[in-house]
Amino acid sequence: MGVELPTTEFSDIPDELWLELESHAHDGAQGHAGQVQLLDEEGRFKSESKLAQSISTLSEDSLRGMYRDMAMIRRFDTEATALQRQGQLALWVPLRGQEAAQIGSGTATLAQDYVFPTYREHGVALTRGIDLADLLRLFRGISNGGWDPRITGFHLYTLVLAAQVPHAVGYAMGMQRDAARAAAQTATAQGAAAQTATAQAAAAPGAGPSATADAGAPSAEPGAVVAYFGDGASSEGDVHESMVFAASFKAPVVFFCQNNQWAISVPSEVQSRIPLFNRAKGYGFPGVRVDGNDVLAVRAVTEWALERARSGKGPVLIEAYTYRQGAHTTADDPTKYRLSDEEQSWVAKDPLSRFEKYLRAEGIADDAFFARVAAEGDAVAAKARADVLDFVAPSLEDSFRNVYAEPHPLIAEELAWHREYEAGFADENSGSAQEGGH
Amino acid sequence: MPTMTIAKAINAGLRAALGQDETVMLMGEDIGTLGGVYRVTEGLKADFGGERVIDSPLAESGIIGTSIGLALRGYRPVAEIQFDGFVFPGFNQITTQLAKMHSRSKGQLTVPVTIRIPYGGGIGSIEHHSESPEALFAHTAGLRIVTPSNPHDAYWMTQQAIACEDPVIIFEPKRRYWLKGEVDTEDPGASADPFRAHVVREGTDATVVVYGPLVPVALAAAEASAEDGRSIEVIDLRSISPIDFDAVVASVEKTGRLIVAHEAPTFGGIGGEIASRVSERAFLALEAPVIRVGGFHMPYPVAKVEEHYLPDIDRILEALDRAFAY
Repeated sequence: MGVELPTTEFSDIPDELWLELESHAHDGAQGHAGQVQLLDEEGRFKSESKLAQSISTLSEDSLRGMYRDMAMIRRFDTEATALQRQGQLALWVPLRGQEAAQIGSGTATLAQDYVFPTYREHGVALTRGIDLADLLRLFRGISNGGWDPRITGFHLYTLVLAAQVPHAVGYAMGMQRDAARAAAQTATAQGAAAQTATAQAAAAPGAGPSATADAGAPSAEPGAVVAYFGDGASSEGDVHESMVFAASFKAPVVFFCQNNQWAISVPSEVQSRIPLFNRAKGYGFPGVRVDGNDVLAVRAVTEWALERARSGKGPVLIEAYTYRQGAHTTADDPTKYRLSDEEQSWVAKDPLSRFEKYLRAEGIADDAFFARVAAEGDAVAAKARADVLDFVAPSLEDSFRNVYAEPHPLIAEELAWHREYEAGFADENSGSAQEGGH
Repeated sequence: MPTMTIAKAINAGLRAALGQDETVMLMGEDIGTLGGVYRVTEGLKADFGGERVIDSPLAESGIIGTSIGLALRGYRPVAEIQFDGFVFPGFNQITTQLAKMHSRSKGQLTVPVTIRIPYGGGIGSIEHHSESPEALFAHTAGLRIVTPSNPHDAYWMTQQAIACEDPVIIFEPKRRYWLKGEVDTEDPGASADPFRAHVVREGTDATVVVYGPLVPVALAAAEASAEDGRSIEVIDLRSISPIDFDAVVASVEKTGRLIVAHEAPTFGGIGGEIASRVSERAFLALEAPVIRVGGFHMPYPVAKVEEHYLPDIDRILEALDRAFAY
């Protein structure tokens, strides 16, 4: 056919960066060596790393903000677990141990990006501006969502494992199309508007192309999609199909796998006999393993991958190598399948204490800061608790709405029946022996 | 008024939709350069480009799943599943994701995905190429399901499905792809609402409800029955979800007898739903029990025996005889 297939050498990646990413990843074992790391377990920063450059541009405020986010989501997570234990939530899915993976990646996204979470991305939700109490609606059993994905760019949680991953790829393909359509429209409009545009550009040199774009035109702002999934979900066919689609169409999507070592009770070795990030190469795009408990490394790698995707170079798989310190859900009992030695060894790599050491050593944060964050965390938890207890349960009638976007006779018929049936009880309750009534 | 086959009518419908709205795009296996295994999408890639008529990887879950993502981004994807029996790798995406996205987001998100599935037997094919799985999808709230029986409906239903804000599955009767008929491309006429049933033959003594590939069979049975002096009304259901029960009930109130026929297995099929509804809403009008004609409770049989499996004129006439025996 004469079709030239791309190589798996990823020649579009600047050599020095790619060499660095790969150099971290050549041990070929399940061990946690061979991963991109910027903060070691003692919180020492590896400033010689190429990836350190993007971190060094972050302000101290940003760094403190990342710590605050991690602390906030951990405190919230503890509160939600307590709420479940007290019978206020049907279930909770804790994230303890995965704060760096989530805050690091979430803060790397831009407003125009779009995120498809699983059901554990509470930290990512925080970075996308979700009111934390809203996360609890699903687990309270009063809603299947709780926030507006169109405003936050943070999709609803998906409970069917990996089902959101092809959605992410499709969404990214849509972004790709938007960019092409916007370019076509700009090209069409250019002839007629050339002089005006020049005049505008001269008047406002800071204004980008979007400033002169027509209202309602597809967004020209390059965006990318992040698809979150876990090591367990990596075995699902949907992840495989998604990677095939993303590679074939060069979709601007970052696959972000949080390998927390356990799919409920089944260890990650049962999901993959090779380090998960290595799979990417087989599809024809780069895969990187990052220390998922190192918020700075996660941030830097995700920024790199997102920028690469936005610039049209296609997908990246990031494997954030981390550990779920607690149970899979509040219905799970990890003492049945793993040793406390293992748990303790990971507590020593805890993402918060590591980052705290760094911030203190660099003089970026002091006791007063950490005390403020702890107090703020308590307040956030108290607010979440109060909000949950104030939630108003919907009626079944609400569930008839939005089954379909357009009118549907069966819905109308069953809703009418339901109303009449319920109205019968209302008569009964209020009906202080209405004579002849029934 | 142009005359065309159902396959050409669907092609023309897709062409019109692609031409009218640049967010419409087609995706499926072999639909581009080849034009689909039934050539239903022939020429569309040449005219609208590979960016809008996409030869997808061979992955049904991927096709439906990425279509959902595209719809979330504002596109109107039309996904082709190559054959009925191959929809099941995509079943999870259709039933747990596509059908529920609007509801679970409380109406914030709409996913106007259209899924085209050639379905049904009678073409002498091998296994997984002749099935009628419509009831499996009709049971899922959030989906709409239509099936054309003639070129005019095929032309309009295709465009109506794409324009619909809800996900719509079009079950295309593949053994009728070459059935010719007039298509009014200017005016849908009675086909303006894709979810309304059509009375395709008036009668007074019994009603036969069918859809898709069995419409010509039922019309032929009604014709044969007329020779015995029976006046049979034939209803083309057209929409399997929602079902136009009003049209069925109105007909039964006139004729007093009802036969429902489909290729899909009788057990748990659409026929049972119609029989039950009619018994609830028009019990006193019935002169006989509602009788179902359909496939047997077995995997679709091998092609050499399918003529004994598929409801034909004689099976419908036998059912009518039973109804008239009351």
